[in-house]
Amino acid sequence: MATDAENADHSARLAKAGAHVDSKLGELVFLAKRYPLGAIGALIVAVFVFAALFAELITIHDPLDTDAELSLTAPGAEHWLGADNFGRDVYSRIVFGARISLAVGLGSTLLGCLLGVVLGLVSGYMSGWVDLVVQRVSDIMQALPLLVLALVMAAALGPSLENTIIAIAIPIIPHVARVIRANTLALREQPFVEAARAVGMSDFRIAVRHVLPNTLAPLIVLGTAQLGSAILTEASLSFLGLGIPEPFPSWGRMLSESAAEYVRTAPWLVIFPGLAISLVVFGTNLMGDALRDLLDPRQRT
Amino acid sequence: MGTYLVRRSLLMILTLFGISVVIFTLLRVVPGNVVDILFEAAGFVDEAEKAQIEKDLGLDRPLYVQYASWIAGLAQGDLGYSYASEKPAIEEIAPRIPVTTKLAVLALLFSVIMGVPLGVISAVRQNSGVDYMFRLVSLSGLSFPSFWLGLLTLMVFVGATGNLPIYDAETESFWDALLMYSVPAAIVGFRSSALIMRLTRSSMLEVMRQDYIRTARAKGASRNSVNYRHALRNALLPVVTIVGIEAAFLIGGLIVTETVFNIPGIARFLVEAIQWRDYPIVQNLVMFAAVVVVVVNFIVDLLYAVLDPRIRYGD
Repeated sequence: MATDAENADHSARLAKAGAHVDSKLGELVFLAKRYPLGAIGALIVAVFVFAALFAELITIHDPLDTDAELSLTAPGAEHWLGADNFGRDVYSRIVFGARISLAVGLGSTLLGCLLGVVLGLVSGYMSGWVDLVVQRVSDIMQALPLLVLALVMAAALGPSLENTIIAIAIPIIPHVARVIRANTLALREQPFVEAARAVGMSDFRIAVRHVLPNTLAPLIVLGTAQLGSAILTEASLSFLGLGIPEPFPSWGRMLSESAAEYVRTAPWLVIFPGLAISLVVFGTNLMGDALRDLLDPRQRT
Repeated sequence: MGTYLVRRSLLMILTLFGISVVIFTLLRVVPGNVVDILFEAAGFVDEAEKAQIEKDLGLDRPLYVQYASWIAGLAQGDLGYSYASEKPAIEEIAPRIPVTTKLAVLALLFSVIMGVPLGVISAVRQNSGVDYMFRLVSLSGLSFPSFWLGLLTLMVFVGATGNLPIYDAETESFWDALLMYSVPAAIVGFRSSALIMRLTRSSMLEVMRQDYIRTARAKGASRNSVNYRHALRNALLPVVTIVGIEAAFLIGGLIVTETVFNIPGIARFLVEAIQWRDYPIVQNLVMFAAVVVVVVNFIVDLLYAVLDPRIRYGD
């Protein structure tokens, strides 16, 4: 929701940084050169997004097909990354697993951010007892370690895709609410908000049209950082048997099935799913760091 | 300071009270309690027997009565009985605490020993190859799931010795125990060291931009003296605050790592208890985790005021 003024500002900043860009592509190339690590991260994430979107096109075997004869086949020409104890193709399961991993990661991050933004805006803008309640509830939620809260939530809700998303979204809410509240408090005193109030705009309209757009940059930074941690939490929950249920191919679950007992006999069952988790989270974190440097100069290191 | 202490303590108690209500409610809205799971395992449901067991466990009482009896018990050091083993919960929990404590302390040590020097070197040599390499190492610490690193370590261990390591609550000697626990502790600590390294680096860079650093250089102090005697001291202050965040962070790492290595600590026990819907164990363990996090954060806040003369709480 970038306005013309913001675009002009953005272009001016790029020009000041020494970029002579007149196209979107040129801008992208400039940013990639300026933040090479961020570009690598974006590339890694893009590969996984591609795999998730076109899983059917880039796999030959069905990720759910079992075949006792193929049980624990080593990686080879037919099964690139080998087969698991049920004879399911590991490569297909990892490709389809990208769908689950990204869906849960994005779903829970978006849900957590959405609820966090609403709570943060309301509590920062209204202050008073609403603010007090939101703050104390945030305290309570943040005193519980993320994985512990997600575990209890997941157990309380029961194993399903939707419930896993909710269980991971809940711990994200207070983090986002805190940041948005702090921003709202600062923005509330700005002249442009006062001007809007002076011309008789309603509180709701001011909050949504004037305060919210100005909190987008920190929100994007925070959201990207949470995305990696959400994907990791899903993997941990599934690894512990409280996340994504069968038959969905989840990377974390693949590791729990193959855990200690196949360490000896079928190392490919341990190496590849873990590599997939690590790579995608590494990619989002690289991207997140670059976005933070770009959008949030205060935190620049 | 006095007023602040009182206010902060009251807030801490309020938070812990809130947590107890949240945990209790979460566990009670679960569809299916321990009795359902027992019958599911048995493959049949006997309504009369089910009602009897629920009565024995006190599950038929109104929720507020169950909550009140839990809190009243807690106040007297009575944690109730485990549903799964029917032993007092305290007898199940207590022997597992030292195991996890050893692991947590070692992990914290590892994360500081690795995180602080790497962060300092990274900052002093900003934008050099070393800086990039260390930043990638710390980012991988944040990105690689610790249970995967644990499995890879097990793989190497099995390759070298042919056996899986066995973790007993009672190990022979201090050194044996230290050696045994240092591997999983390093894995848990690696993730936390990434946080410490990043914070140390940015805090160090911040301090190195200050005027008094330039003054020290101008009056002829050597680069090393400025970096390590003037800058490092002040840069380490904010790092202390992260120990509070670390506490919550470590608990997550302990849960998966104890599971991977089959270590009989409370973190793995929590997962087992959750799977069994063993409420007395789960609610007490989660409460324990919350108390640890809240108290550590409280201490960190006070410590920060003691270490940094610019901060004086209260009046």
